[in-house]
Amino acid sequence: MSFTYAPAPESREIVTLQPSYDLFVNGDFVPALSGRSFSTTNPATEEPLADVASAGPEDVDRAVAAARAAFEGPWGKMRGSERAKFLFRIARVLQERAREFAVLETLDNGKPIRESRDVDVPLAAAHFFYHAGWADKLEHAGLGPAPRPLGVAGQIIPWNFPLLMAAWKLAPALAAGNTCVLKPAETTPLSALLLARVCQEADLPPGVVNVLTGAGDTGAALVAHRGVDKIAFTGSTEVGREIARAVAGTGRRLTLELGGKGANIVFEDAPIDQAVEGIVNGIFFNQGHVCCAGSRLLAQEPIAEPLLERLRQRLDTLRLGDPLDKNTDIGAINSKDQLDKIRALADSGEKEGAGRWSPPCRLPARGYWFPPTIFTNVSQSHRIAKEEIFGPVLSVLTFRTPAEAVAKANNTPYGLSAGIWTEKGSRILWMAQQLEAGVVWANTFNRFDPASPFGGYQESGFGREGGRHGLEAYLDA
Amino acid sequence: MPERLPGAERPRSGRLEVHKTYKLFIGGAFPRSESGRSYVVSSAGGRRLANAALASRKDARDAVAAARAAQPAWASSTAYNRGQVVYRLAEMLEGRAAQFAASVAAAEGATARASRRIVAASIDRLVWYAGWADKFAQVVGSSNPVAGPYFNFTIPEPTGVVAVLAPQVSSLLGLVSVLAPVVVTGNAAVVVASEARPLPAVTLAEVAATSDVPAGVVNVLTGRTGELAPVLAGHMDVGALDISGAAPDARPDLERLAAGNLKRVLVLEEDWAAVPSLRRLRAFVEVKTVWHPVGI
Amino acid sequence: MRRATVRSVEKTAAGASLASSVNAALAGRSLGGELAGSDVALRRLLSGLPGVDQVGAEARAAALATRSVKRESKLRALELAIAMIDLTTLEGADTPGKVVALCAKARRPDPSDESVPAVAAVCLYPDLVGIAHRQLAGSSVRVAAVATAFPSGRASLAVKLADTREALDAGADEIDMVIDRGAFLSGRYGQVYEEVRAVREACADATLKVILETGELATLDNVARASWLAMLAGADFVKTSTGKVNPASTAPAALVMLSAVRDFHVATGRRVGVKVAGGIRSAKDAIRYLVLVAETAGEQWLNPMSFRIGASSLLNDLLMQRSKQLTGVYAGHDYFTID
Repeated sequence: MSFTYAPAPESREIVTLQPSYDLFVNGDFVPALSGRSFSTTNPATEEPLADVASAGPEDVDRAVAAARAAFEGPWGKMRGSERAKFLFRIARVLQERAREFAVLETLDNGKPIRESRDVDVPLAAAHFFYHAGWADKLEHAGLGPAPRPLGVAGQIIPWNFPLLMAAWKLAPALAAGNTCVLKPAETTPLSALLLARVCQEADLPPGVVNVLTGAGDTGAALVAHRGVDKIAFTGSTEVGREIARAVAGTGRRLTLELGGKGANIVFEDAPIDQAVEGIVNGIFFNQGHVCCAGSRLLAQEPIAEPLLERLRQRLDTLRLGDPLDKNTDIGAINSKDQLDKIRALADSGEKEGAGRWSPPCRLPARGYWFPPTIFTNVSQSHRIAKEEIFGPVLSVLTFRTPAEAVAKANNTPYGLSAGIWTEKGSRILWMAQQLEAGVVWANTFNRFDPASPFGGYQESGFGREGGRHGLEAYLDA
Repeated sequence: MPERLPGAERPRSGRLEVHKTYKLFIGGAFPRSESGRSYVVSSAGGRRLANAALASRKDARDAVAAARAAQPAWASSTAYNRGQVVYRLAEMLEGRAAQFAASVAAAEGATARASRRIVAASIDRLVWYAGWADKFAQVVGSSNPVAGPYFNFTIPEPTGVVAVLAPQVSSLLGLVSVLAPVVVTGNAAVVVASEARPLPAVTLAEVAATSDVPAGVVNVLTGRTGELAPVLAGHMDVGALDISGAAPDARPDLERLAAGNLKRVLVLEEDWAAVPSLRRLRAFVEVKTVWHPVGI
Repeated sequence: MRRATVRSVEKTAAGASLASSVNAALAGRSLGGELAGSDVALRRLLSGLPGVDQVGAEARAAALATRSVKRESKLRALELAIAMIDLTTLEGADTPGKVVALCAKARRPDPSDESVPAVAAVCLYPDLVGIAHRQLAGSSVRVAAVATAFPSGRASLAVKLADTREALDAGADEIDMVIDRGAFLSGRYGQVYEEVRAVREACADATLKVILETGELATLDNVARASWLAMLAGADFVKTSTGKVNPASTAPAALVMLSAVRDFHVATGRRVGVKVAGGIRSAKDAIRYLVLVAETAGEQWLNPMSFRIGASSLLNDLLMQRSKQLTGVYAGHDYFTID
């Protein structure tokens, strides 16, 4: 008897989409001075969701001026304890409107509602809660007796966790006393705009948070703006490098959270079923659109074959489809561009001789989809072992000794995340020491928490987000 | 001309002095520049002091290679051990305080008394940083109370190879103040000594060579900062860069070059006489966070 | 029985499987001597099993608990759950009258609706087996007896075997035995193995369910090990709990057991069933277990031959939810019989 799940779609009714969205500047929604706009679509259906204003240089001017005025005015003068209460308020409203945010995020991004509901939105609220408490305790953060805010922070965030990344950026910046101009990604502007509404609802003083929607040129204008004291960017290493060059010599502060090619290392004595879950969670969570994804599986030789066998069985149970369905595990690829990039890299994997496998799964006719994919017989030199694919594609390599695992794991300019699976405690600590990665998950993967610093080594960027260490990015200490 | 305290008399014996040759310090050895070049180093008062090696791009490359080779073992030595090594350096300086004072006096044109104070401060600075070796991680690390059944801790780790453009003016105290925080946290350093005042740096290298500093952990280049800095700023095996010693108008280009592999870049001018903050210690470490489930 | 098990293990040992180390250990033992009774050999074998990370297993179980089973899939799941029930009464105060009523309910859970399937079995103390056997004659419903000094298992093997034989003689089709948790926890694996094997032999054609009492095993590693030990000794089912110990069945324990039977099937070709029991009262809980089965062991386990739910009040909730699915109206307690 076949045990199938009937469709269980989350209702869209909780979300009211406007036909068009303005910029959020100085506490109000205002049309873009640029007069330009762009359309944002649901990647699962290709249906246009709304028209969104595209901020030009004059809009950046206006937003930065509003942020500056707020910094020199009410926000800069406010006691930390009062700032804290605004952040607590925002956190609470996020919780109260959690379902609305989750559905909106899934519509605009294509990620499964299970994830937006259980991960993105609760974590976003948690980030505001955590940082709220710091606002009046900054002198205890270990960064000196009198840390000062930097001023106006320009923050550019990616499309993979639109709301969560907005929270990661705004919460510490505001707690530290800065004001913000946030630029959400072009393909996922809606949840940041709803967050702007929440800021209004929380009576946040005008200009403390400004949201400028737009594409790369909007971000470039923000980076280039001389009124911005600090740039925080999450996105590709390529763009991060450009930003670092643009900021060079200006004395402005910069933090970058960039790409990764995380190794998930499974030893023969691993807790095998949990390791399989960790591999799945490591690369198929959020369709692999995760900078810290465990995109390289390093399996110890004695266990490689049985592990793969189990992994294939497990992939058979993954449900790909309507992101709003509560039982969907794999949602849509966020955009046509990203889908093309994933396809090109996957094709290169085949051409270079790696073995490609996906579970039988029917892709919806419309929208942007890519099946969960495993490549075996991958060598270090293959593009799929070196380049960040940012999609549901796992490259499998093998190793014999712990030293070989370390050498392979570290053989990349990236250094964001790594996973270790073994039941041997001393080996975990040894491996954790050797791995050049900002986050090491041992016997787990892709866990996040506002109290836990996150960020990379080398070309995965610099600066941390979360925890006491994340505050340093927004303080002059 | 040899180093000498200002006003020191030429010996009457008529004995011909043995001049010192100032060379580079790379991988624990003292090579001449592979380019065969040298340049004249003069005292603050304009007296010719010595020839120093004029390091080339290739020397810089060799120094980075030596640093990269030495760094993993240095990083994996215990913090206690690194502290002792840096403390040993302080001891050696103390033993050769007179020589350093002479060298500083010649380089900086300071009085004998001021020079002795500078040397004393340099020794104390080394002692201060030596003491940080096994405390720093406690102060900047943390265990993080995440909302779930996980033990989560954060520790600092060295960035790797750090290129340091030493302060141009403060030839010993400035040098020690930028070098010690780099190595005490487990990095290997490639130092470009003050262009005009390189001799105390070379003497420090000689002390390092005969102390317990492993070969390659400290490398000292003398020469044109403007020539060497771009090479180091662009080098993909260099993880971080202290450009405080670069001319302000040279910094933007260096930062742009450093963006090639996203080096961590520090620009921090300090009053060397004041007690340092932790900024230099924090500048060249990576923060690593480790998660593990808590279960039975 | 033991020899047969060992041979079947050897036969498939060549197949690449995670149980290969177990196979190798088993095969090695069968050449050299006695597997049975050897604590050392069994310990080596059981400690060679992959570990279970508690936090990871709990997270996986919790994730599967968020599956949303609606509409027609829910109706099918409810009916499947009914057919998987071991309708249970294990009270000191049980009476023949109660057993008669229970049997009637087991044969026809909803007197007003013939399309509701019968449950899989009734589950009783041995002294009541005779009554149930007579009541259920001619039906598909099987009679299961808890035996072997249920629920503590604290008796000699002779007493346990006598208990078993008495139940079988009275007409039991299935025996739910308990393992000696004291022996297991103190590492006397050979004793546990021998007892299961002996009861297995006594059962002949009857189905043997081996209760691990996971609530007393302390760790999920032990749940996996006890599952393997029971399967190696010939269990047809591994069962979570007696229902007399808190916690009884939990989703993580069931997850580990379902993984164990899946792996054992890969290693030996023999499909061992799983029975969850204790504290399962709502249709929602039951459906969550079905999701665990489907996504862990696989759909081949989703039938009463391979998965059972030991419960009593659960049945009415399943019936009420079924009625709601069919009529769209929330059901009332008074419309379903309480025994």
